[in-house]
Order: sequence, then C-alpha cells, then structure tokens
Amino acid sequence: MKALAARRRHPLALVVLIALGLLVMGAAYAAFAPRPAEASTDARGDADRGRELFLANCSTCHGLQAQGTRNGPTLIGVGAASVDFQVGTGRMPLAATAPQAPDREDIDFTEQDVADLSAWVASLAPGPAIPDGEFLEPLDDDEAIADGGELFRINCAMCHNVAGAGGALTRGKVAPPLMGVEPVHVYEAMVTGPQSMPVFNDANLTPEQKQNIISYLTYIENQPAPGGLSLGSIGPVSEGLFAWLVGLGALIGCAVWLGAKSS
Amino acid sequence: MSTSGEQGGLAKRLRGKKRNARPGTAVATSEAAVYDDQSGPGTEVERDTGHLPDRFANPGLRPHVHRMADTDPAAARRAERQVTTLFGISAIGTVMLIVAYFAFPLEGTFESIRLSNLTLGLGMGLSLFGLGVGAVHWAKTLMPDSDVVEERHDLHGSDTDREMAVDILKTGTDESGIGRRPLIRNSLLGAAALLPLPGVLLLGDLGPLPGRKLSETLWGEGVRLASDPSGTPIRASDVTLGSVFHVIPEGLNESSHPLEEKAKAAVLLLRIEPEKVEDVPEREGWDVDGIFAYSKICTHVGCPVALYEQQTHHLLCPCHQSTFDVTQHCKVIFGPAKRALPQLPISVDDEGYLIAQRDFEEPVGPSYWERG
Repeated sequence: MKALAARRRHPLALVVLIALGLLVMGAAYAAFAPRPAEASTDARGDADRGRELFLANCSTCHGLQAQGTRNGPTLIGVGAASVDFQVGTGRMPLAATAPQAPDREDIDFTEQDVADLSAWVASLAPGPAIPDGEFLEPLDDDEAIADGGELFRINCAMCHNVAGAGGALTRGKVAPPLMGVEPVHVYEAMVTGPQSMPVFNDANLTPEQKQNIISYLTYIENQPAPGGLSLGSIGPVSEGLFAWLVGLGALIGCAVWLGAKSS
Repeated sequence: MSTSGEQGGLAKRLRGKKRNARPGTAVATSEAAVYDDQSGPGTEVERDTGHLPDRFANPGLRPHVHRMADTDPAAARRAERQVTTLFGISAIGTVMLIVAYFAFPLEGTFESIRLSNLTLGLGMGLSLFGLGVGAVHWAKTLMPDSDVVEERHDLHGSDTDREMAVDILKTGTDESGIGRRPLIRNSLLGAAALLPLPGVLLLGDLGPLPGRKLSETLWGEGVRLASDPSGTPIRASDVTLGSVFHVIPEGLNESSHPLEEKAKAAVLLLRIEPEKVEDVPEREGWDVDGIFAYSKICTHVGCPVALYEQQTHHLLCPCHQSTFDVTQHCKVIFGPAKRALPQLPISVDDEGYLIAQRDFEEPVGPSYWERG
C-alpha cells in the first residue's frame, strides 16, 4: 500500500489509472449488457444429405431453393429450430389440407433425417438454432415450477389452457395440448412461433424462464387429479356435460322411481 | 262479427243438429258460422263438437290394486330382506367413511388428497344413499297404501267470527281517539314520514364515488413498458417480428394497489410488418416501426384479450370469442364486443426502451354508466 502511495505522482500513473478504468468498464459492460436476439447457422447434421432430402420431400411446396412458392412459405432464415419442430412433430410434410398442419404420431423421418434437413435449412441463412440440452431438462425445484406456472398463465394459458390441455382458436385452428410434448419441441415452439403461435424470443422469455415453463408443464403432467376424474381438464364443457348428463340423469332416475307405484 | 247472443244461439243450433261428421275432417270457425247465418259466400261447413258431453260424470276412484307384498307373504318377506340389505349397505358406507378417515390421512401430496376424497366421498355416498333408498323402498312396498279421502276445509271464516273481528278493530279505533284528536294524528304522520330519511343518508356510506378512476390508468408520459410479471423494461430491439409481450407499466408492482392498477393498465405489445396495418392519419406516430401496444382488457366485459394469431393478426378474447383485427387497429370483426381495443401511443427513449407517450385516449375496458 505504501509503495502504491509513493508512486501516485509517477508520470505513468495517469495512464495506468485510465487503462484500469477502461478495463473495469469493459468487463462490466460485457457482463451486464443485454444480448441481442441471437441467430446462428450451425446445426448438427449433414447439410448435403439434408438438401437431397429437401429436394425429394419439401421442394414441391417450398421451392427448389427453399425460396417459397404459392403453396408454401420461404424457409430462408427460419432456422434449424423451426425445421426440427415442424418435421420432428410430424406437422411437415403436410399430411392434409386443413386449417392448420395436423401433428402426426407416425413420423416419416428418422432423427438423423431431421438433423440433416435442419442443417441444410440453417445453412441458407441465420435463424434460431436447435436449443442446447442445458435448458431442456425439467427442474424438480418448487421455485422454478412456481415461476414457470406464473409465466405460463400470463403468456401461454389463454390459448393452451391453464392445465396445458389445449384450446380452440378461430376458424378451425387450435392451440394443441401440451401434455406429452417433448421439452425440446416446447422450447422450439416458443423460439420460432410456428403457425398461429407468436414468437417468444430470449429477450421476452429468457432461456431460464423457458426452462421453468417446461418444468411446470412436466410437473402438472405428472400431477394426479385431486378430485379423482379430471375429465380432460378442459373446463366447463366436459364438466358441464358430465353434470347435465350423469348428475341430472341420476336425479331424474331417482325422481321417476320415487313416483312409481310398487308392483 | 255477430253479437255473443247470436253466436251462442248459433252454436246451440249447430250442436243440436248432431251431424255425423268424423272428428277432425270438418272445418268450423266462428267466421264460417257467421257467413252461414247471413247467407254469405262459401260452402256450408260442418261443425265438429268433439262429442263432448254437457257435463262430465265423476268417475270416482279407481279400484284399489293390491301390491305383491300385500297378497303374497313371500313377496313381503323378500321386500323386508331388500330393505334390510339397503340399510346394511348404508351401515357399511358409514364404517368405510370412518375407516378411510384414519387410513388415508391428508399428507399434502395430490395422491393422498385424491385417495382421501375418493374414499370419504364413496363412504358418505353409500351411507346416505342406502339409508334414503331403503326408507323409500320400505314405504313403497310394506307400509299401508290404502286410498284415503280428506275433505278440504272452507277458507271463509264464520260470519260471527268476522263480525267480532270488525268490532274489535272499531272499538280499538274509538278508544285511541285518533279521530277526535287531529293534533296527535298529524304529528304521528309527520314523525313516520321523517323516519325513512336517515336511510337515504346511509346510502352515502356505500363507498366513495369512483371519480376519474375508471378513465385513468398508470400510463402517462414517459412511463416505460415493462414485462409482466417481472417488471423489467422492454427494449424496442427485443421486440422481434411476430413477438408478443405481455406488458405492465414500470413501477406497477410497487404501486399501492398493484392488482387494481394491473386490471386497467395491462397492455399487449406486438410487432407486425408496418405495411400490413391500415393507415389512420390520427394515429400517425403511435407505433414504433410496427410495434403496437393495445389495451389487453376486452371492451365487452373486461377479460384479458390475449390470444394472438400471428398469421392472421387476429386477437381473440377467450371468454366470448370477440375477435379484433390488429391490421385495422383492433377493430371488432366478430363477437359481442362493441368498441375497438384502445391503443397506447408509444415511442422510444434515449436508452432504447419503449415508453408511453401519454395515457390512453379513451377509458379502457367495458362500458359503464357515465361513459355511455
């Protein structure tokens, strides 16, 4: 300390001080500055094989260069995450002309095929990448689940139902149920905003918040219904139908029996 | 139309003819009958009397039919056994309830709640239902079912009783002297008329008048748009195309009544290509490069309008399916809502954060009395 005090009038002291100040400011900026929405071109998979798969399966609607046609949008810049979601959940290739692409159980492509397709589409222009495993693991932490639940109710529940059971949109479109959906697909849907769904980029919901939402969904999926029958958790429609048909039916049956004369 | 006397006579005449009409084939109306009487146009029609007798005879009681249990002792014993079984089921239900209460205590897990609810409910259901069904079955099969006639009493009191009551009232009036002492009568009327007035004063205690609370929100010049629920301010650069942000005014979480304020100030922020949106000169400069902010409170009954379809740019209210078109500044295109969602004019501050230019131009949410 004494040595430092003795040299404070050294001609180079000012230079050292400014250099130190700049260093601290730079480090602080790098640590705290908001990061812009990121986009990348890298993706696991073989882009050349992906191009062949694309030409054989997708180019009829999306064009030979993925530039889009009257039958399908351009895929330039949609990113690997979008391809992984659309093809990985069976929405693409489109199974039928419908208000929205139906998701299918039987997917025509292997995981490697999907990765190759994603790699080729990602090589066309930067776009959201397939998320890392780090934020896909559902947390078994009460705080994370509670936070995820609040975020889900604010951002997702109006379309996907508060229990994630899905719901109706306009003109035959639906928000699909979220029970049994892979965490990676939930994450990709938030990042890319497929079809009617809006985009929730990393500035809107941070990767940690997305992970909390996934944790909440996993939690309610494994949570038994405290009342016995959940009736699909779709609210007044199924509950009302049950009350009117089964409940009132039983009451009417009792009333008829009360009024009938014994034989 | 003829007079009622003529009609009555006519009806009697027609009925007297006893035509051999099959029921339902003949058409008869009073108009037709009038024409018939005045030799008017149209053919003569037959009147179906419905073959009703002038007076219905009392059919009396139907012969009493005995039940199986009344005539057959074996059936009676069977019914007895059934009733006993039902009461037995009720007893089993009660025991099950008591056992379940101790066997499946609530441990805070959903599984234990489910098991407890199910067993307690089933036990109580069995015990009450068995008891009720058993009692009714007992009454229906084994208790006497003979028909009994009870005459209905006259509601009218006897003349002597009525005169006595009137006398009592008259004597009372005379003895009070209310007719002879007008001063007392008038002061009584005055006092009674004043009595309800304090009640009117008490209406004032129902609460303060809302004032301008319904037409003002937390938004104002320079208030930053923040993320719901964290309250982090939002940068214009973060709102990418197709994004939707659920927005509250910055500082809402620290206000004295956050929920009340949020119910008015909640905003939906979204970005679409500016050229897709219809140009309205009055709203020039209310958006930031296609970033639009609209009130999230439905103008129908105030639900949060938050279902945004990114491709059609429709905003849908989950309660009654009111649909607002973002490309037409949230005009109502379907559903019960009557007014467009109010738009919040926004701009960007020096640091790149989105801020409100001012409060909403009109009250948000559903209509109320003063708003009209």
